[in-house]
Amino acid sequence: MSAVYNYVLNLGDNTLILGQRLSEWCGVGPFLEEDLALTNTSLDIIGQAKMLLEYAAKLKNDTQSADDLAFMRDQHQFKNVLLVEQPNGDYSQTMLRQYFMDVYHVHLYSALSNSSNQQLAGIAAKSLKEVTYHLERSQLWIKRMAHGSTESFNRLQTSLNKLWHYHHELFEETKELSQLVVQGIAANPKELHKKWDTEVKTLMATTPLEIPQTGWKATGGRIGHHSEYLGKMLCEMQFLQRAYPGCEW
Amino acid sequence: MKLYEVFIRAKAGLSHKHVGSVHASDAQMAMQNARDLYTRREEGESIWVVDSSQIISSNPADKAAYFEPAEDKIYRHPSFYPFDKEVKNI
Repeated sequence: MSAVYNYVLNLGDNTLILGQRLSEWCGVGPFLEEDLALTNTSLDIIGQAKMLLEYAAKLKNDTQSADDLAFMRDQHQFKNVLLVEQPNGDYSQTMLRQYFMDVYHVHLYSALSNSSNQQLAGIAAKSLKEVTYHLERSQLWIKRMAHGSTESFNRLQTSLNKLWHYHHELFEETKELSQLVVQGIAANPKELHKKWDTEVKTLMATTPLEIPQTGWKATGGRIGHHSEYLGKMLCEMQFLQRAYPGCEW
Repeated sequence: MKLYEVFIRAKAGLSHKHVGSVHASDAQMAMQNARDLYTRREEGESIWVVDSSQIISSNPADKAAYFEPAEDKIYRHPSFYPFDKEVKNI
């Protein structure tokens, strides 16, 4: 399969799995307004997944559709990073994961809107407006929880200890990816990592939060080695298409 | 959590209209919640949020004294004045 296909599939799977995770909050959010706001975010991100997976299906150039990619692949065929499949946990964990992904997406889509690949540039330009707003929201939640009560701070610190090790995977480099960067198609992971690091650490420095200092880095999602959480999520997400193949409504 | 009133301007040239209220813990959250609840179907291009406690409203008990005296003063309506033919768009 082509390098561009693999690249688009990774971006598409990241958004699909993150969007699905966020949708689990629908109806059980902390209060009505926040429930609706997070559902809006989820729908934006699933919309991005739809554009990316439609493009991936086109690149694959066989009879598969975006729906087939989303609903008929098994766990090991998904190429999303492990961060997005992590459970929602409490609201601090959901919002911290969201903040990590929002910072990543803003810099990713900014870079990709200048991609030499017109299709990717178009998707990125449209998505950039959405993630810019998502970041405004998640960033405020991080500040609020960090400076809120002892309870909110402790919860956020616990989530940070849990999730910090998962962000490195967003910036992993491969030979294939380096070639796409040289061709001006993909965003440079080194530069993304630098921007992400600066931005996140700048915000953290304004709070009493402490970034964990262990060297462990989660890895494997991009080659299909997932945590136990993905399979369970796919069971729910794919049930309808598996039970009634091709069903539409 | 506090209550905020939300006003939306549908397009340039129109005035902001009250559309409802949102709960939020601070002004920024109120603005974002208003955006997420009241503009998701392109309802507007400008938002005001106001802390509900800052609104000074008339007292329902004052209804008779405040509003009823206007009932029999129909001469305050401009409908009795004939306009010149040349005057348009009134």
